[in-house]
Amino acid sequence: MAKKDLVGGSLWEQYSDIVNERMKYPKFRGELTQEDAKKLGGKLIVADWGAESCGDTVRLYWIVRESDQVILSAKFKSFGCGTAIASSDVMSELCLGKTVDQAVKITNVDVEKAMRDTPDKPAVPPQKMHCSVMAYDVIKKAASLYKNVDMDSFENEEIVCECARVTLSTIKEVIKNNNLTTVEQITDYTKAGAFCKSCIKPGGHESRKYYLEDILRETRNEMEKDTYSVDRVDFGKMSIVMKFREIEKILDLFVRDFLKKDGGNVEVVDIKESDDEITVYIDYQGACKSCAGSQGTAFFIQDTLREKLDSRINIYTV
Amino acid sequence: MERIYLDNNATTMVDPRVRDLMDIFSVQFYGNPNSLHSFASDTHPYMREALDRLYTNLNVNDDDDIIINGCATEGNNTVLKSVYFDLIAKSQKKQIITTQIEHPSISHTAEFLESLGAEVVYLPVNEQGIVSVADLKAIIDPDKTALVSVMWANNETGLINPIKEIATLCRENGVLFHTDAVQAVGKVKIDISDIDLDYLTFSAHKFHGPKGVGGLYIKNGAPLIPLLHGGEQMGSKRSGTVNVAGMVGMAYALELAVEALEFEDSKVRRLRDKLEDAILAIPSTNVIGDRAYRTPNTILASFKGVEGEAMLWDLNRNGVAASTGSACSSESLESNPTFKAMKIDPELAHTGIRFSLSRFTTEEEIDFTIDIIKKSVERLRAISTSEF
Repeated sequence: MAKKDLVGGSLWEQYSDIVNERMKYPKFRGELTQEDAKKLGGKLIVADWGAESCGDTVRLYWIVRESDQVILSAKFKSFGCGTAIASSDVMSELCLGKTVDQAVKITNVDVEKAMRDTPDKPAVPPQKMHCSVMAYDVIKKAASLYKNVDMDSFENEEIVCECARVTLSTIKEVIKNNNLTTVEQITDYTKAGAFCKSCIKPGGHESRKYYLEDILRETRNEMEKDTYSVDRVDFGKMSIVMKFREIEKILDLFVRDFLKKDGGNVEVVDIKESDDEITVYIDYQGACKSCAGSQGTAFFIQDTLREKLDSRINIYTV
Repeated sequence: MERIYLDNNATTMVDPRVRDLMDIFSVQFYGNPNSLHSFASDTHPYMREALDRLYTNLNVNDDDDIIINGCATEGNNTVLKSVYFDLIAKSQKKQIITTQIEHPSISHTAEFLESLGAEVVYLPVNEQGIVSVADLKAIIDPDKTALVSVMWANNETGLINPIKEIATLCRENGVLFHTDAVQAVGKVKIDISDIDLDYLTFSAHKFHGPKGVGGLYIKNGAPLIPLLHGGEQMGSKRSGTVNVAGMVGMAYALELAVEALEFEDSKVRRLRDKLEDAILAIPSTNVIGDRAYRTPNTILASFKGVEGEAMLWDLNRNGVAASTGSACSSESLESNPTFKAMKIDPELAHTGIRFSLSRFTTEEEIDFTIDIIKKSVERLRAISTSEF
């Protein structure tokens, strides 16, 4: 939140003139028929995407010349808000004259750029960016129908933010390369999460497979694992309180994720040390308590602690 | 034609007579009413008159309180949080019963109190869209239920709940009862002395009064822990320097609205029905809820194949302001809770447009609107993927 967010409701004021014009008079609205296809000498494709019960549907009509796969004509119909109508209209126009393979590369980001009045001013407010995503999906659907392949074959990367088309690998990369610690930073670097905000955390506009909050946490965890090192001499010299903290850190980084997957956990109860031995007393929780493999887990914990901290560590299960 | 305002359930124009009355409190009678000097005492006759108007027009007993606050959201928060601090946090009565169709100032507050340990039951509505007394009877528990909160009239549909019966049921069970009457005050007759309720919230800007001022009725003896602590205004039940202009304006607006109730029930109702009949004459349209059970100014219509926000944009472009429950324009794609509670087909939930009239709406405006609606539906259906 900030000053710019304090006045609500100003969605429509932020539409570009092109968006307004295309909402009023969509140039490519309508249908194409088999007769139209015959006349133009191409193949008719009719692709449907979305559902009225979800508030948004779009139908894309193409006539494709089979000799070179060029889209000769494109029209659309839409049950959707003004932004959905305008972006479907511009999307149809962008398809014209392109081959099917070229058309599949048109994204909602291209559609949004084509609707701008000036290159540096967004055509729609951030909250409405997702309304153009359908325009991208329906192209993939049309291409999959033409080529008789699965839609997923056009998408070889996991997309986290549909509005800005940011991939999972890009997000992980910027977190690692720039040592990012907040979701806001991810948004600043990649624009992911800047639009409809659904991909930030569950409970947004629509549910997503990946959420930025989870990706950030998991990536930070991976980074910490990669860079974790402690001087073994230092561990030996640590006070009992510091030793406890260091052991907890190792358990968090390298052990607990595995246990939690099976519904278990582990707690450090006590630490006792003599000259040649450090005994860590642990107590299993949840599913670990009754697990037949808990002895193996104890060895795994002991090995991990010995490797990361001190070879004199022994585990004792209470 | 100039712009036409049919979004009176969101807010209303201030009645010019109310505006004129409020003027003097800016530069003439601006004293703090709690001071001792004459600048303060100058305001007192106006405040007393305002209270007289409020008490008379809601028929409130002089032993009860109407505290002046900032808005109905504040009133609703005050009641729910007060009951939480006074009863739920301290006794075995941990339950609040409310409904699935409440305004967010009830539902989001209830969710927040759930996170603090309150148990909240959200009553469904019947196929008419109305809260069923039998449903409440089945759930209410004198040992467990701390508060029942049911809105008088729904903001989306205008449907009116059986508040008197619910109030009586609550009293029989020794349970506190609150009603959010924001959409009812000034639209239908409210006689608080005739109904056994403990709390009632209302807001001035819904009945041609100013924004930023509301009222909370509290029955004598009903517990109240203030939401805002501070000075001793409103008998310490609501601190903060009193918005004298707002209070005076609200009271006068209420008096004018109550005077106009018959007009509301005849002329406004007739115009509403005219608009509704014209909408229903368009094929594949629907209006939610029986006319007989609605506030006289409200229509929630759905137009098959026409997405709500697209239609709203079209109407606005042609000078008609209405409102949509379409999820596309809201934060979540999940359909609106009122629609969901009424089990309205999700396809229709995205096509809902609300028209809410006022006593300032004219016949010409309605005729013009009917024309615009027809054109818009025709245009958008020509674009739509939906089949007819």
